[in-house]
Amino acid sequence: MSSRGFDVRRQTGFTTLALLCFVVLYLPIILLVVYSFNAGSSIAIWEGFSWRWYVSAWENERVQAATVRSVVIATAASLISTFAAVLAALATTRTKPWRGQTAAFALINQPLMVPEIVTAVSLLIFFAIIKVQTGYTGLGYLIIAHSAFCIPFAYMPVRARLQGMDLSLEQAGADLYATPLQVFRHITLPQLWPGILAGAMLAFVISLDDVVITEFVKSAGQDTLPTYMLGQLRRVITPEINAISTALLAISVILVTAFFFLSRTRE
Amino acid sequence: MIEIEGVRKVFGEGRDSFTALGDVSITIDSNEFFTLLGPSGCGKTTLLRVIAGFTDPTEGRVTLEGRDLLTLPPYTRPVNTVFQSYALFPHMTVAENIGFGLKMLGKPRREITTTVEEMLELVRMTEMADRKTSQISGGQQQRVALARALAPRPKVLLLDEPLSALDFKLRKDMRLELKRLQAETGITFVFVTHDQDEALTMSDRIAVMNHGEIRQIGGPRDIYDHPAERFVADFIGDTNLLPAELLSTEGESARIRLPSGVETQARAATGGQKAGGDVTIAVRPEHARLNGTEGALLPGTLGNVVYFGTDTHYHVDLDSGGSFVVRQQNQPDQQHHRQTGERVGVSFAPGIGQVLKD
Repeated sequence: MSSRGFDVRRQTGFTTLALLCFVVLYLPIILLVVYSFNAGSSIAIWEGFSWRWYVSAWENERVQAATVRSVVIATAASLISTFAAVLAALATTRTKPWRGQTAAFALINQPLMVPEIVTAVSLLIFFAIIKVQTGYTGLGYLIIAHSAFCIPFAYMPVRARLQGMDLSLEQAGADLYATPLQVFRHITLPQLWPGILAGAMLAFVISLDDVVITEFVKSAGQDTLPTYMLGQLRRVITPEINAISTALLAISVILVTAFFFLSRTRE
Repeated sequence: MIEIEGVRKVFGEGRDSFTALGDVSITIDSNEFFTLLGPSGCGKTTLLRVIAGFTDPTEGRVTLEGRDLLTLPPYTRPVNTVFQSYALFPHMTVAENIGFGLKMLGKPRREITTTVEEMLELVRMTEMADRKTSQISGGQQQRVALARALAPRPKVLLLDEPLSALDFKLRKDMRLELKRLQAETGITFVFVTHDQDEALTMSDRIAVMNHGEIRQIGGPRDIYDHPAERFVADFIGDTNLLPAELLSTEGESARIRLPSGVETQARAATGGQKAGGDVTIAVRPEHARLNGTEGALLPGTLGNVVYFGTDTHYHVDLDSGGSFVVRQQNQPDQQHHRQTGERVGVSFAPGIGQVLKD
């Protein structure tokens, strides 16, 4: 045996297994992207390169409406959830230890543990009651639902950033005559921005991708991009779906990459 | 003038509680360079944080010029801190860091600009004004931290081991710099350190702390030449501890009998031990001389001879048991060298030995 100890990469079949995993993960996505440029209307027979399905998706009014709705909901949800997450992160990192702090931490992260379908069904029933009582059927329900399940995603990077910060900076601020609010504004917040931006972007992507909760909560005519795509799949499948998926994929990749760099950046 | 009266600080409760400060009382004069000296965990930083307002004491009073400090939040106390880690704001320039306190006090912009320029000059950092704090060296960061704390003209400047992160050469330069700043600004400095050299070279007075209590307060010479007890004698400088018999005392003068049977005069704190008991006396290695055995206070045999460049340490095995170190300054081209195994005698002048309290 080598003195370097156990090296998993030297085991028989490791490379094959690893390659197989990558193929299963990425080949379907690559195929999806490739066929979004298909000139024909099949998603399985290649007939040459064309932008036609992107043009078709771009001009499809239902796609436009769903895209706008998705962006509106994701923007609102990421703003609301990030705001709540910043407050929650401050309360769980910048206070003297308080009773129920661990419970609060668990409750904030609850959406990560509760099965999404359970949240979806409970929201469906809960909102149904409110709809009957108030008669309101607008986008508010989707925004509230998305905000709620996005909070833990926005919370994590903000909390990590707060915990990584040197507490003596805030003490130095207080020592130099800054009131607690001024300390937050001039010392904490400027350093928290990367965490806040990262949290907001993560929340945005999570909201943009959501199918299950949206499908249950939406009223008639409130399709977001993912639920519209799901609806289309039940009918005729054309490479238009591929084109929309590819666009969505591109946006997510850009945002997640930006999140990665933001959360990595330190002084 | 800062008056600290009966300050106690207990962290935690019940069996897990830890007494960081047990009944500390000190009066620090205006314009004084006052040092809190002690090993890590002795409570010196806790005391500093009590003055700054980052830690609330369990009991006691702290007043500044007669005004109660403890009821004031940190941001209204006319006290500024130089943090051990400097705690410079990384998202601001050097100048913005220095001007922060004045900005928070709501001073007009022109006044801030002028004061910042003065401060930059005071710490010799004028060319660095627009740099980010991450773009300057450790020594420069240290000076910015000082300027930032001095800019609002506090009544008291608290310094928490500010030199510990610097290398040796820079540390020595900064000692002089700090002393100069204190003289030029006339601000009271309360300096926390575990480094005896820093304490001895800069302070007007030193409070030696251990286990949350003040063990001795005095000028550097007082503390060094006349340590009151074993801990202080041991902690500051090197020292020889000898068992002795206390024969009689008169004021600060004590008649003692050394283990060799020879009697001599020593110094004792007034109101110390009663005559007739066994005591420990402390003698600094450089306060003793090495001669022949004839008429010596403590005869013995020379053990190790260690050459240090500036001085030589002679380790003497005493006939009465135990060992004693004598330190002698080296002269150029010294001819006579004592050899290991030689018969020698240790002597020190009357009044040099210090009778310790325990």
